[in-house]
Amino acid sequence: MSTTHALLGILAGQGISHGYELKREHDRRLLGVKPLAFGQMYTTLARMLRDGYIAEAAHQRVGGPDRVAYRLTTDGRVELDNWLSEAVPPAAYISAQLFVKVLVALVATPDEATARSFLATQRAAHLARMRELTQVKTAGGASVTELAVADYLLNHLDADLRWMATTLDRIGQLRAEVQA
Amino acid sequence: MNDPILEAKNIEKWYGPTPALRDMSLVIGRGEIVAVTGPSGCGKSTLLHCLSGILRPDQGSVQFQQRDITNVSEATRSRLRRTAFGVLFQFGQIVPELTAVENVTLPLQLGGSRFRDAAVRAQRLLDRLGVGDLAGKRPGEMSGGQQQRVALARALVTEPEVLFADEPTGALDSLAGEQVMVELVRLAGDHGTTVLVVTHNVQVAAYADREITMRDGQLETAGQVTVAGEAR
Ligand SMILES: Nc1ncnc2c1ncn2[C@@H]1O[C@H](COP(=O)(O)OP(=O)(O)O)[C@@H](O)[C@H]1O
Ligand SMILES: [Mg+2]
Repeated sequence: MSTTHALLGILAGQGISHGYELKREHDRRLLGVKPLAFGQMYTTLARMLRDGYIAEAAHQRVGGPDRVAYRLTTDGRVELDNWLSEAVPPAAYISAQLFVKVLVALVATPDEATARSFLATQRAAHLARMRELTQVKTAGGASVTELAVADYLLNHLDADLRWMATTLDRIGQLRAEVQA
Repeated sequence: MNDPILEAKNIEKWYGPTPALRDMSLVIGRGEIVAVTGPSGCGKSTLLHCLSGILRPDQGSVQFQQRDITNVSEATRSRLRRTAFGVLFQFGQIVPELTAVENVTLPLQLGGSRFRDAAVRAQRLLDRLGVGDLAGKRPGEMSGGQQQRVALARALVTEPEVLFADEPTGALDSLAGEQVMVELVRLAGDHGTTVLVVTHNVQVAAYADREITMRDGQLETAGQVTVAGEAR
């Protein structure tokens, strides 16, 4: 996740904003994305300022310490537009823990039992999460954003499950190769 | 689990020399929504046909509300299918020559209802499923998703105890499939209908309270994955 570009986009949509407003809007509008920690936000804003993507817009004193408001610069707008026009690198590396766990289980243990039982445990966990996400749809009253979040996660869990089933079907061969 | 409504005891079904179901036993509780999943050809449809009385198993028995439905006359089974069971298939269930409302009234009329009364109920259900304004249209004038919602109305208009659905979203794109499943689950919930939905799609199975996985004509629970895999 590029926090820089998410914040550039929020700033573009919001107009001039304070740091805490950017965080609030980030968390509210990008529902389902991990909420931004304050520390991470201020580090990112500092870097964006240094790179010239944002600039200080005004100083305001609201009954406390100075709170800086930011605006998007021309460079920031260009950077945002470039980012939006580029494809995300499709699956360059596998970052999923579940993939790594299966391989490590095959490398680190004498037979396939650990990998198999991990896959069974994971399958049950995936199915339980899928049922939970599906209830967002059947309960009624969900916003379109909530449905989009549920769909994104459901499709990824579905893909994992299919990978897990295929891997289970050839776990013996996989183990032989990984241990060689 | 609530009290059992449907129970299969050691059923087997053979097509010639090939077994499609082997020693299959399961219990479904009243009001449960159960998904049967598994790879193509593992026997899901055969199981649904045996449980719904469309097929007679070669061995074992099926009980509906604690009464055997395997060794009863064809007339009894067909009455059961008409009154207590509803079925929804992938497609091809609604009559192309009839309008939506005529299709939905059909099961009620077969049960002896007058068209006027039946039409009122049918219209109410079609409204609820968001296809009320298509009541006078024929299937050819509707999208696949709309046709499937009419088929769902037809399956549920008799307020069956059990709804059997075989790949109900198999011919639909994902959004139309979602509409069908959402309505199916809501209607079943409102009426306490028991549902058995057969699907190879895990996202459809996720609408159920419980999932049963099959492989090679048998049950495969999470714990048995190992055994089934090793047997290959
Ligand atoms: N009418 C039939 N005649 C012969 N074989 C059949 C018939 N129906 C199904 N089969 C076979 O029985 C097995 C189970 O089929 P089915 O119940 O349709 O599986 P699924 O619904 O899981 O795809 C498959 O091997 C299939 O080829
Ligand atoms: Mg089938």
